[in-house]
Amino acid sequence: MRFSRTSKALGVAAVLAMSLTACGGTSGGGNTGAAGGNTSKAITANGTEPQNPLLPANTNEVGGGRVMDLIFAGLVSYDVHGKTVNELAQSIETTDSQHYTIKIKPGQVFSDGTPITAKNFVDAWNYGAAAKNAQLNSYFFAPIKGYDKVSAPKSTLDKMEGLKVVDDTTFTVDLSAPESDFPLALGYTAFYPMPESAYKDIKAYGQNPVGDGPYKLAPGGWKHDTSITLIPNDKYKGPNKPKNGGVTFTLYSSPDAAYTDVQSDNLDVLDQVPPSGLQNFKTDFKGRFVNQAYAGNATMTIPSYLPEFKGEAGQMRRQAISMSINRQQIIDKIFYGNKKVATEFTSPVLDGYDGNLPGSDVLKYNPTKAKELWAAADKISPWPAGKVFTITSNIDGAGNKEYITAMANQIATTLGIKAQLNPIATFKQSRDLINSKKLTGASRAGWQADYPSLQDFLGPLYGTGAGSNDGDYSSPAFDAKLKEGLAAKSVEEGNKIFNQAQEILLKDLPVIPLWYQAVQGVWSNNVTNVQFGWNGVPLYYNITAK
Amino acid sequence: MVMFTLRRFLQLVPVFFGATLLVYFLVFATPGDPIAALSGGKPMAPAVEAALRAQYNLDQPFWIQYGLYLKNLVTLNLGQTFSGQDVSAVIGRAYPVTARLAIMALAIEAVFGVLFGVIAGLRKGKLFDATVLVASLVVIAVPTFVLGFVLQLVIGVQLGWARPTVSGAAPWDELILPALVLGLVSLAYVIRLTRASISENMNADYVRTATAKGLSRPRVVVVHILRNSLIPVVTFLGADLGSLMGGAIVTEGIFNVPGVGNLLYKAIQKGESATVVAVVGILVIVFVVANLVVDLLYAWLDPRIRYV
Repeated sequence: MRFSRTSKALGVAAVLAMSLTACGGTSGGGNTGAAGGNTSKAITANGTEPQNPLLPANTNEVGGGRVMDLIFAGLVSYDVHGKTVNELAQSIETTDSQHYTIKIKPGQVFSDGTPITAKNFVDAWNYGAAAKNAQLNSYFFAPIKGYDKVSAPKSTLDKMEGLKVVDDTTFTVDLSAPESDFPLALGYTAFYPMPESAYKDIKAYGQNPVGDGPYKLAPGGWKHDTSITLIPNDKYKGPNKPKNGGVTFTLYSSPDAAYTDVQSDNLDVLDQVPPSGLQNFKTDFKGRFVNQAYAGNATMTIPSYLPEFKGEAGQMRRQAISMSINRQQIIDKIFYGNKKVATEFTSPVLDGYDGNLPGSDVLKYNPTKAKELWAAADKISPWPAGKVFTITSNIDGAGNKEYITAMANQIATTLGIKAQLNPIATFKQSRDLINSKKLTGASRAGWQADYPSLQDFLGPLYGTGAGSNDGDYSSPAFDAKLKEGLAAKSVEEGNKIFNQAQEILLKDLPVIPLWYQAVQGVWSNNVTNVQFGWNGVPLYYNITAK
Repeated sequence: MVMFTLRRFLQLVPVFFGATLLVYFLVFATPGDPIAALSGGKPMAPAVEAALRAQYNLDQPFWIQYGLYLKNLVTLNLGQTFSGQDVSAVIGRAYPVTARLAIMALAIEAVFGVLFGVIAGLRKGKLFDATVLVASLVVIAVPTFVLGFVLQLVIGVQLGWARPTVSGAAPWDELILPALVLGLVSLAYVIRLTRASISENMNADYVRTATAKGLSRPRVVVVHILRNSLIPVVTFLGADLGSLMGGAIVTEGIFNVPGVGNLLYKAIQKGESATVVAVVGILVIVFVVANLVVDLLYAWLDPRIRYV
C-alpha cells in the first residue's frame, strides 16, 4: 500500500490545490435580462464551510460571508455595479466627514419579528470592537472614537465613546478623524445589527443567527461540512427581495467537483470555475457563463526595506521591473485571456476609477525603457554581482507558480539579471515570512475589497504603518493626500484626491500592479437571470429557477 | 487466546501515545502561523490575535500544549476547531461516511478479488488468467485520481448513470462510484495475491491427499486450497482496511465526499492540531484492532497456528 499512498499524496498537490486568486479577465458572457420562471422553487449554489461562527464581526472569509450577506442587511447595500444604496438607513448625514448622524427606516424588523432599533447597531458594533470578544473584523471599527480603548489588549471596556443612541431610530457616530468613505463601509458584514436576544447565548446565536436580510437560515439549515439551506425571510422589506424559493449552498472542498456538478445540472450556480475548466468553460456552458471584473487585483510587492530598492536608484529599478513585464502575454498564455491588464492600483468596477492616470505608462511593457532605467540605476549604485531577484509566493494556490515563473523569466530576459520564483509550500507559511519582514526580494500580493471604495485599495495598503502595508512603504506626500481625501466633504470629492494620491504611488511603485481579477461563473440549465455583483459574488436573490 | 487479545490491547497504549505525540509534534513543527492564516492576509487587532492564541494554547511551549491536549483527552474532550466546533462532533460526522465508503471498497476488493484470483489461479496460463493479469497491471499503473476523474466524467457527466458527486448525507448508493475507484487498485493486488497463493497450494501434499480421499473438486478448492491460500490475502485486506479508514484524500476530493480524508486535508492545511491528532489517534486504534482481527483469523484459517 505504500505505493498507492504516494500517489494519493501527489494527487493532492495536483488536484486539490485551489485559491482565491483563481482567475480573472475581460467581460463577456450572457446575462438573460428577462425575469420570469418559478419564483417559489429553491436554487442551489456552491459554497465552502464557514471558518467561523456566523457572527457579523467574526466573518472575514467568503464561505461565511456569502451566507451572512443573504441573512443580514446593513444600513446600506451595494447594487450590481457596487453603487451604495440605502437599505435600512433613512439617511446618513455629516457636515465634516467626522461626525455622522444615522437615521434608520421605521418599521423594520428582524426575521423573528423584533423591531430593528438604533441600539441594535450600537450594541453590535461595540460587541465587535471589544477586545474581550476577540472578533476577527474588529479592526473595521478602528475609525470610531474610543476604539483604541476598547480594543487594547486585556481591556474590559465594551462601549466606544463615539457611538450614541439618540432615540429608537437615530444614533450618532463620532470618528477619531474625518473619513469621507466611512458610509461606503457600512454595508460590509462587520456592520450588520444583531437582535437583543443574540447576547444571551452568543455561541448558540453564531450557529443559528437571527438576521434581517432577504433570507433566513432554515431550521437546522446549517449542516456542517455538507450544506447550508436558506429560505426567504417574509419580513424583509428591502430592495433585494428573493425571486426564488430559497438558496441551498452545497459545500465543496474543491471547485473541480462543483464544476462537474454544474455540468450535469446537479448544482445550479458556481462562482469559481476551477483552473482546469478555464480553457473550455465558454464552450462547455454556451450562454450560461459570466466572465467579468470584480473588485480585486494582483500585484507584486517590492519591500521598502530592501537596500537595492531604496532611494532614487531604487525607484528607477522598480520602474524598470514594471516595464519589463509583458502583462498581456502572461494573461493570454497562462490565464487564457481571463484577466485585464492593470493601469492603476484599484479596480475598474469602483466609482471614481480612472484608467488613464498621469504616469500610468510605467505599467506598460517597454523593454527598451526598462533597460535604460536599469542601467541608469546601476550607475548610482550597482546591482550586486550575481544577485538573484526573487519573487516569493505560496504555490498551493492554483496558477501562482506558473505566472510568477513566467514573470521572472520576462524580467530576467529584459534586464539581463537573474530572476526566479521563491516557492513557499503553503499560504500560512508565506504569510509568516511576509509579516516578519524577512523577505530578500519581491513577493506576490493582491487585494480584494470588502466594500466598494477606492480608499480601501489605498489606505490600508500604502499608508504609513497601515495594517496591510506589507512592504513598509512610507511617503509623507502620499499620507497627506490620503488624509486630505478622507477629510473631503463627499465620497466623489474624496475619490478625486485619492486618484492624485495614486499618481504618487505610480512614481514610487511600492508594489507593481499586474492585473485586475475577474470572476468566471457558470450556471445550470435549471436557472435563469444569473448576475454577478461588484465583488464577484452572484446576486443569489435575483436568480430564478426554470 | 484471551491473554493474547489482552496483551495486544495493552500494546495499544504506548502505540497510541507515541503516535499522537509524534503527530502533535509534526503539526506543531509545520512552518507557518495558523493564526496569521486565519486572518487571510488582512490585518488583525493585536488583542484579537492574543486572545485567539490563548484560546488554542498556541501561546504555550510544545510540551505544555501537548500536556493540555492530553489532559482534555482524559475527560474525552478532543478540543475545538478554529471555527469553534467540537472536534468530536466534526469527527462524528465524517467517520460514518468514511466507514461506509471503506466497507464498500473492502467488499468490492474481497469479493471480486478472491473470485477472480481463484479462477485465474485454477486456470493458470489460460485466456482468463492472461486477461486478468493485463487488466490488473493497467489498474495498478493508473493513478487513483486519473481513474477517479475518468469514471466521474464518463459515468457521472456523459452517461448520467450516477451523480458525479456525493450529496451531503452520503447514502450508500451514491458511494458506489467512489468505492469502486478506491477498491479497484487494491482489487488488482488481491487478485494477484490470491492467484499466486492458489497456484502454489494446488500442488501441495494435502491437496493431493484430499483429492486421493475422493473429495469432490469444489470441496477441495473451497475448503482445502482456498482456505489455506487466504492468509496473505487477509493480511493485505486488514492493512488496507486501516488505510481506507484513514480517508482517501484524493478520491474524497474528486467526489466531494464529506469524509475523514477531506477533513484531514483541510485540518492539515489550517494547522489545526486538535483535529489532525484526533483523526490519527482513532486511526491508530483502527489499525491495531484490524491487525488483531487479522491475527485471530490466521488461527481460524490455518489450524496449525495457535495463540496462547
